[in-house]
Amino acid sequence: MDDSRPIFQQVADRISSDILAGTYGEEDQVPSTNEIALFHRINPATAGKGVNTLVTRGILYKRRGIGMFVATGARRILLEERQAQFVRDYVDPLVAEARAIGFTAEDALRVVGRRLGAATAAGEPRKEQS
Amino acid sequence: MTTAATPWGETSRVPADAGGTEAPAVVVRGLNRRFGKVRALRDVDLELAPGRIYGLVGRNGAGKTTLLSTLVGQVLPSSGSVELFGRRSLENPAVLARTVYVRDHQCYPDDMRVRHVLRAAGHAYLGWDEEFAQRLVADFRLSPKARCKKLSTGQRTALGIIVGLASRAELTILDEPYGGLDPVARGLFYDRLLEDFAEHPRTVIISTHLVDEIADLLNEVILLDDGVVTLHESEEQAREHAYRLAGAERDVERLLESTGAGERVSRRQSVGSMTMVVVAAPLDDATETLARELGLEVEPVSLQEVVAAMGTLSVTESTAQEGAL
Repeated sequence: MDDSRPIFQQVADRISSDILAGTYGEEDQVPSTNEIALFHRINPATAGKGVNTLVTRGILYKRRGIGMFVATGARRILLEERQAQFVRDYVDPLVAEARAIGFTAEDALRVVGRRLGAATAAGEPRKEQS
Repeated sequence: MTTAATPWGETSRVPADAGGTEAPAVVVRGLNRRFGKVRALRDVDLELAPGRIYGLVGRNGAGKTTLLSTLVGQVLPSSGSVELFGRRSLENPAVLARTVYVRDHQCYPDDMRVRHVLRAAGHAYLGWDEEFAQRLVADFRLSPKARCKKLSTGQRTALGIIVGLASRAELTILDEPYGGLDPVARGLFYDRLLEDFAEHPRTVIISTHLVDEIADLLNEVILLDDGVVTLHESEEQAREHAYRLAGAERDVERLLESTGAGERVSRRQSVGSMTMVVVAAPLDDATETLARELGLEVEPVSLQEVVAAMGTLSVTESTAQEGAL
């Protein structure tokens, strides 16, 4: 856990990323508050607070006496949230950095376009080249 | 009296700020303690909830050990009151059997063996779990047959930690449980504490200088400075008492001047034309906006830095107060 953001947010983000990555599918059980606390060496209340922010957002839900589960539709909610944050979290810093190093809009777009193209290509089956 | 285990996965009691619904485990009112001319504790008021982990921090000589010793009646208050579980703790065996206090450099009689210490602790504490104690002895690699005088500093500390954890006391007080402990053993301590706390919630007070190592484990932080409680808040809130500002020196100076934050600078470092300052004050919107306009970096600081920042500044303030008295 790093110092820059509240721990409970980092806990929530970690679970969110795991859901997006498919580590936890919809209707899968996620680790208990205590397990999360032990894993990250944090106070159980902090872990609980992180989990509860996901409950409030409709991403997790609680089955009484059993534990926490990923809600149906959680992935869609997370994707929408992340897409809304994309400009702020990634594009704005990219623009700032591009300006700082003297990239024109074309320079930046070309690099990003190339990367996106490469990422798409890498996602498809192809022969490994070294 | 046993504390009910929280069912696995049950998070209903968890909301971090829901404290105060149960009767407090510790209530301290108007506590003062003088040693001759030294005022070791000044008008301390504290209320500690059950089922929480408190970090007691402050510089050497701030009064941490005096406060902890007063809680369990090993030091008498000059004035004020201390109640544990709603009752006076002083010479009250019923209350003390529910409380464990492991001192900084806890000593046990030299001729006692490790297993004797554990047996004695088993008789003294209502919640003692012998199996857990044995597991901890193995974890910390202590020999049950070893005599106390043969133990290294770190092993003595470990023995204190074992007594502190295995007693499962509703109020568990650990004063600087670090002497001679290597990083692996400290990690072990944190893990076992958290594991057992999760299953058997209790009030834990840990005094420490290794603030950042333990910050994430804490519910609340209590900062003691020159005998005065200067901060008692959740770990998250406590972190908001200071921030770090970095950028071109003239911009930093401009911001400090126009917001008046200059008086609260506790640390300053410069390299070339760049300056970094730690400001011991909450970050307000105006400062944040101005910092952004000036292109300055504004970042939160670690709890350790907050404690250091508040300690540095209060020295000058309390001297001023002293003069005013």
